[in-house]
Formats: sequence, C-alpha cells, structure tokens
Amino acid sequence: MSPALPEGDPAPPDGALPPQVADGAGTRAFGVYVHVPFCRVRCGYCDFNTYTSDQLEGVTQTSFAAAALAEISLAAQVLDAAGVPRRPASTVFFGGGTPTVLPPGDLAAVLGAVRETWGLVPGAEVTTEANPDTVTRQSLAALAEAGFTRVSFGMQSAVPHVLAALDRSHDPAQVPRVVDWARAVGLRCSLDLVYGTPGESLADWGTSVRAALDLGVEHLSAYALTVEPGTRMGGQIRRGTLPSPDPDLQAQMYETVDDAATAAGLPWYEISSWAAPGQQCRHNLGYWRGADWWGVGPGAHSHVGLVRWWNAQHPRAWTQALDGGRSPAVGREVLRPDQVAAERTMLGVRLSDGLPLAALGPAARHRVAGLVADGLVDGPAAVRPVAPAVVLTRTGRLLADVVVRALV
Amino acid sequence: MPPIPGPDAAARIRPAATPQHLLRNFCIIAHIDHGKSTLADRMLQATGVVEERAMRAQYLDRMDIERERGITIKSQAVRMPWQVGDTGYALNMIDTPGHVDFTYEVSRSLAACEGAVLLVDAAQGIEAQTLANLYLALAGDLVVIPVLNKIDLPAAQPDKYAEELAGLIGADADDVMRISAKTGEGVQDLLDRIVAEVPAPAGDPEAASRAMIFDSVYDTYRGVVTYVRVVDGSLTARERIAMMSTKATHELLEIGVIAPEPVPTTGLGAGEVGYLITGVKDVRQSKVGDTVTDAAVPASEALAGYSDPKPMVFSGLYPIDGSDYPDLRDALDKLKLNDAALTFEPETSVALGFGFRVGFLGLLHLEIVRERLERESGLDLISTAPNVEYDVVMEDRSVVRVTNPSEFPGGKVSAVHEPVVKATVLLPAEFVGTVMELCQQRRGVLTGGPDYLSTDRVELRYTLPLAEIVFDFFDALKSRTRGYASLDYEPAGDQVSDLVKVDILLQGEQVDAFSAIVHKDKAYDYGVTLTAKLRKLIPRQQFEVPIQAAVGSRVIARETIRAIRKDVLAKCYGGDISRKRKLLEKQKEGKKRMKTIGRVDVPQEAFIAALSSEEPKKK
Repeated sequence: MSPALPEGDPAPPDGALPPQVADGAGTRAFGVYVHVPFCRVRCGYCDFNTYTSDQLEGVTQTSFAAAALAEISLAAQVLDAAGVPRRPASTVFFGGGTPTVLPPGDLAAVLGAVRETWGLVPGAEVTTEANPDTVTRQSLAALAEAGFTRVSFGMQSAVPHVLAALDRSHDPAQVPRVVDWARAVGLRCSLDLVYGTPGESLADWGTSVRAALDLGVEHLSAYALTVEPGTRMGGQIRRGTLPSPDPDLQAQMYETVDDAATAAGLPWYEISSWAAPGQQCRHNLGYWRGADWWGVGPGAHSHVGLVRWWNAQHPRAWTQALDGGRSPAVGREVLRPDQVAAERTMLGVRLSDGLPLAALGPAARHRVAGLVADGLVDGPAAVRPVAPAVVLTRTGRLLADVVVRALV
Repeated sequence: MPPIPGPDAAARIRPAATPQHLLRNFCIIAHIDHGKSTLADRMLQATGVVEERAMRAQYLDRMDIERERGITIKSQAVRMPWQVGDTGYALNMIDTPGHVDFTYEVSRSLAACEGAVLLVDAAQGIEAQTLANLYLALAGDLVVIPVLNKIDLPAAQPDKYAEELAGLIGADADDVMRISAKTGEGVQDLLDRIVAEVPAPAGDPEAASRAMIFDSVYDTYRGVVTYVRVVDGSLTARERIAMMSTKATHELLEIGVIAPEPVPTTGLGAGEVGYLITGVKDVRQSKVGDTVTDAAVPASEALAGYSDPKPMVFSGLYPIDGSDYPDLRDALDKLKLNDAALTFEPETSVALGFGFRVGFLGLLHLEIVRERLERESGLDLISTAPNVEYDVVMEDRSVVRVTNPSEFPGGKVSAVHEPVVKATVLLPAEFVGTVMELCQQRRGVLTGGPDYLSTDRVELRYTLPLAEIVFDFFDALKSRTRGYASLDYEPAGDQVSDLVKVDILLQGEQVDAFSAIVHKDKAYDYGVTLTAKLRKLIPRQQFEVPIQAAVGSRVIARETIRAIRKDVLAKCYGGDISRKRKLLEKQKEGKKRMKTIGRVDVPQEAFIAALSSEEPKKK
C-alpha cells in the first residue's frame, strides 16, 4: 500500500458514514483488509507504508493486535449506525509490510475478531502476505489452524544479484521450501515477482519466471518495478548512480511471463495477475469490482458504497486515535457519479472479464472502435451479442492507461 | 557657477519668441552603453533644467524596458537654456533611438537638427550602428562634434579612438573632445562648443508654417503627444492644424516645450522644437515624418523625407492559453496606439490555435513588443520563428505576397523575391576571415571592404538576404568575434533567389507552425535539424510516429518516434484507487494543453522548444 495519502475531505472524529452507504449494501460482497505495517528491513525500492522496529516512535509491534481489535469493534459500530446490514466477510487479506513478522497468534487473534464480529462466509478466502524468511513450518501450520486458506509469498526473483539489488534478504532456495510447508498444511500459494530491476536481464527474468512456475503454484503476480520518488532507489536513479528501468524491456518481460504462465495453465485474469481456473484472488477481485471492504490498520483504505476513506499513516497516530476512542480515519471522499464511472472504467479494464460495454457512455463507446483498430481492445469481445465488453489485448494490457484515458 | 542665463537673457529666449540665431538644435549619436543617457542627464543638470535632487538616472528614458535595457526607444526633445558670454541661447536636445530597427525614426530625428554630437566610448571605439547613424547625419549636412566619453575608465584609449573618429569625419584628432559624462568633466565645454559650432536654424519665419513630426507618443491621459520641429512660419495655440500626408485637420488643444516636463506655451516659432496635443488617440493619425501646417493657411509643399513605416520581419504570436486570445487582441490594439510601425492581423494555426501574424521593423522591435505584451498584459505567448515577406511570382504572372511560410503557394512558381539589406560590419581585423566565412554561408555578397578604420579595426560591407539575418546571424556574429563585432543594416530592395518551402509532417500531417522558407541548398539541413529536434521533444505515442521534412511532395529527411510499448500502472489495489483516479483526472486536464496533430498529441512545451533556437534538453 502506497504511503502518500490522497487529498480528500477531513473524516469526522467518530468515523460516521453518511446513510446512503447502506444503499444496495446487501448486493455487494464484503471484505476485510488488515494492514500490518512492519518489516525487518526497509527495501530500497519500496514506498509502502511500513516501518522497521527503530522507526516506530514509541509504539510496539506487540500492541498492534489489540489496536486492530479496537478498530474492528469501531467498524462494526460505524457500519451499524449507518444502517449497513451485517454481512459475513467473504474475504480477509493481511497485507503489509510483512504480516508474518507478527507471531501467528496475533494474526489469528485479529482473524478471530473478524469472525466474531461479522462471521465468515463458508469457504471464505483468508490470505496473508509473507516473506520467505519470516515463516517456519510451525508458523504456517499455526496460521492454517487459525483459519487462513492462502499465503502469498514475496519471492520477487530467483536470481541472487536481482534480489540483492532489491535489498531482499532471503535465500532463493528458501522459496521452494516454504511453498512445500504451506502446501503440506493445506494453504494455497501465490508468488509475487518483480521485473525490470536495474541490472536484471531478460535471461535473468526468464530464470525467475521458470523457477516460480516450476513450483506448481496456482497463482502468480508479476509487477513491473516502479521507481517511486522518495525511495532510496528513486534517489540513486535521480542521481544517475543506478540506471532507470527501461520500459521497452519491461514490456518484453511482461510478454515473457504472460507466455510462460499461460503455458503453465495460469491464464491472466488481471493485468498483473495469473491464476489457474478458480484460483483467482477473490479479495483482490473485490477491489476491481467495486466490493465493500473495511481496511484495518495504519494508512489502510476502506470503501463502502460511495465513500472511500483512509486511516492515519503512522502506527502511533493510528494507535492513539483508537486508544482515545476516536476513528483513526483522517480523510475521505464521497464519490460523484462521474468519479464512480471513472473508477469503474479504470478498474474494470484491468480484468480479463473486461468492462461491460454498457458501463460506458455513448461517446466512450464510440471510441472503442478506434481502440480495437489500434489493437488495444479485443474486437470479438467488444461486438459479441451477449455481454459485450472492453477486454484488453496483450498489447492493450501494456497500454492500459492509454485505453483508460480514451474511455473516461 | 554654471553659465545659466539670468533674467534678462532668459527673457530673450522665451518659447515662441526666440529669434532663430539664439536657437541650437542638436542630437546625440551613440551606441547602447556608450553613455548617451548619462550625458543627457549631465546636460540637464548643467543647464539647471533638472535639479540635482530631482535627478533620476536616465531622465529621458521613460519606459521601464528602456531603463532596464539601457536603450532609448522613443525620442524626446528637451529645451535647455545656456549662456555664452553675455548671450543666452535655447538649446534643444533631441534624443534619438539607438538601434538598427529604428533607422527611419533616427533619420527624422536627425532632420530636426542642425548638429550632432557623435559620442563614442573611449574604451570601445565606434560601433556599426553609430557609424550608420553618423553617415545619415553627414548625408543630412549636420555639423558633427566628435566626443570621446568615459575617459575616466582605466581601459580608455582616447588617443587611438580620437584618431579613428577624426579619420571618419575628416577632422583633426585634436578636434575630438574628451569628456566623462559620469563625472561631468568636459560637459560645460561641450555645451559651449555646441553653441559655437552648430548652425542656427535658417527657416523662413514669414512663410506658411511647416513643422516636421519627429516623434509621436501615446499617453493614457493626454492622447497622442506629437513632437515637432518648426521649419518655417510658426504654430500658435488653439489654431487648426492639418497633416499634409492625410489632409486631416485637428484642433490644437495644447502646444508647448519640454523642459523637461511639458510646459504649455503660446506657440512655437521657426526653428523651435516642442510638442502638440490635438486629442487624437492613435499615433497613426500623427505619423513620424509627416508635415504639420496651418489648416487655414496651408503650405503648398510638404517637407521632404516622409515615408510610411514598413514591417520587415513577421512572426506569429499565440497565447499559450487559447482563452487569452481576446486579451492578446486588446493588448495589441493598445500597443498599436503608441507604435505606428506595428501591424498585425488574425491568423489561425492548426498547431497553435488562434493568434496574430505581427509585422515588425526588426528583431529588436519584435522582442520589445513581445516583452511589453507579456509584461503589461500578463500574457504568456509563443512566437513562431521570425520570417520575412516574400513575393512569389507564379507562372501565370500573378504575384502572391507571403508573410507566413505556411501560405507559400504550391503549384507553378516562376520566381521568388526576397528582401535584401545592405549590411555593415565593424570588427577587429583578426576576425575578418571568420566573419567573411559567416557572411558567405548566409548568402552574402561582399560589396565593400575590408576597409581599415584604424590599424586593427575593419569595416566590411555586404548585401545579405534579410531572412538570413533575422534567424540567428547576430548571435553567430557575436560568438565568432567574442562579442567585438557590430552590425548595421538597411533595406536594399529585393532579389530573386532559389527558395523553397520546407514542410514538417507528423504522421503525414503538415504542421504549419514549422514550415519555413529557406534557400534550396539549406533545405536539407533545416529538415534534418528540425526533425531530429522534434523526435526528442514529442513524447512517444501508442503508435509509431514518422516525422518528415518535405519540399513539395519530396521527403528530404525522416525520423521516427517509436511507439510506446508500456503505459500501465503495475499495481492498482484498494489503497491505490483514489490516487490513481486523481492522477487520471490530472492527465485529462493536461491533455487540454496538448495540441493534437492528426492523432499525435504534442505538448505545448514541445512547440515552444522547437521554435526556439536552443537545443532541447530532455524529452
């Protein structure tokens, strides 16, 4: 989760939501996101909202679970007060940071609070992100025991010099080990990869992709390295001591992973996500399909109906608000219909299901033909008689922002 | 105690009642920075016209731009009393513009005088423009008093430059005065010498009145203030005057002299210099060089030398923000009131939107106008590369006048006429080779020189196409001579040249703002340079964009902007959505500032950078 919070209106101290968030709530899926803002080391490329132990300014990792429980309790009150019916959560996702730097018991306690407060739908998806060197056979077993169903490992690369450039401390050989342990206790596995790291060749990337797919995981995410200003890597590139990622090379790398994943039986279902049939991450699909979710934790974003809001970023500010019985939310926006439409377009085109043509206004619909002609949008999907949709071609996936700008 | 006339002497030199033998009209010919304004200030002080404490540097230069640049755009005339022996005199100092663009105005200022002070920096020697104005003064039979200024400077070489000046005007080196306008040394002697050497005016006080307009300035409160030199007869307050070129008549609302603020008088007599106010609102109704006469008893013949200002250099001016177009029109209309040489008409560019094709006397004029528009009206402007006016003769003998390269006709052209100038370059002898090479490259034809002004300074005379000068000739000249060369030029008709129009095409679409008319031999260079520049400036699009330079249908240069392959946010999860949507909204706003040529989005900045002569720094 990116650290820079958007600009918005101030959120009220009690976190109260306007009553219209209840409209249609019964038809929308409900998820819970838990942001665990702790890492052992800060990686040079990462601008996520996370802190190492010496950056916590008085709060401790051990107090996190208690504060998270307080936010869940507040969430239930706020949603009840707004008239949103209590819905069991279909997905819970622990992200970070590195959630697995916390003891499995803390994660289990937070999951337990979600279950007690709202309940979980049968077969709910419960995921945690993990670094390969922050889990053991025992901790994974404990998570599975607590009700986790899925783990997403930050593999990033299988090539030592690339991992070093990313400041990743794990031994590549650790990845097959943790995947085995996870499977042994019944957890589904996803791997995250990063491509376009300075110094990474196309061959290096091919090695990483093969290593990931050879493990037989059912889900893969691959992200082009994005250089963020304010990170150590951003500074090095600005000063010229590191080469900037080459977008043309990154495009080739995308094609490499897309070819390999498809061949391994994991077709794309979102621009940066590939999965075996039925193995898509349902929690993430909720983001792209406009589901409701409550984000628990420092800097976490939430979305219910027409309202998006976000919490105070620093763990101390977040903890203090909850200790004082106040909402940790600091900003929010109530979306106008044109903003809802823009988000729907922006998110919908990322999916292999595509954006229903019916979601577009007449002018935008008119422009779809041009995008088809440019090879960015799949022609047959756009003109099929049943549920015509804007589905990106592979060229279009690499130029998704061009498509979005044409359609909003 | 300076020799300022006492009450008796002053009574004899009152405006409208001063006999011609007590008048002296003179101007100062000098290059920028050679100290003309400082000398004028010192004279105002020495004659008691301006008190010391009221003195502000460069009293006569009124506009901010003039003061900042240290140059004089608009002249004025100040009347100063001065006593030699027992006799009081009225001296009129007529300030002249000092730049090549304003030669016509200079010539009219000179025509208002009988004498000229040739003021030259004792550390630098004479410059080409000063030399050109000196020749104008000599041709007008003015008495020239050579003066070296800044003799207090350590770098001054008065002996060397005294020789140079003496040689130029056919005098003895001992006749060259040496002064310091800064310290005041020699200024009183110079005033005495003006009285002694500059002839008194010799018009006919009894003839029908004729006064020459040598300047015309728009004032927000008074309307147009017209500066005149009465040649024959006299003008009196409240008479009806007529402009001889247009026959238009006006009531004289006010007549007076400048001392140095306007002082109304009962009139102006023969030989006198002063101002008129008639209530007209546009300097075009009171044109420099025109003759003013008494509407009741008009003169039969106008004074010689009048001509209409003719724009020589053209450039498109466009507001960066298209919604500023009405403001730009208002600002040009306002400026026009004070600038008879400014011409403009609306034009439309596919690339730049709505703007104006503006005609200027020259490059400095262009720069000044642009700067005044931006400063006084707060507009952000793009100006297209300056060009000259061409007459294109078609095979059917019809003639098309082209002031905008994109209007250059296709089809059967039999000849293209381009304006040429006579140029004078003064430079240190060591640079003769490199400057001759430059002039050669710019299609110059040597017509005179090298002539040695002194042992190490040389004059070269060339005929050059004006188009070659308006591009970057002056910069090139300066850089090849370490800043020591100076340039002057004057229009010298036109010539038939082998000229072609080079068009720039983006994805096959012509971009009008980049069309240029160039000599056939240079078309390739222009095409290669501009296409390469644009390739660096235009962002990659989702399709390949060929950039071509073409003469007619023949492509002479080509570059390709490769298609962008990746433009997508890698991650877009719950916490990214608001930021990403806002970014999208911002990009849409940004797209409004893009110009779309065919399907290619070109940022405004790319146009600005491509039209400027500097190398692009980044994409």
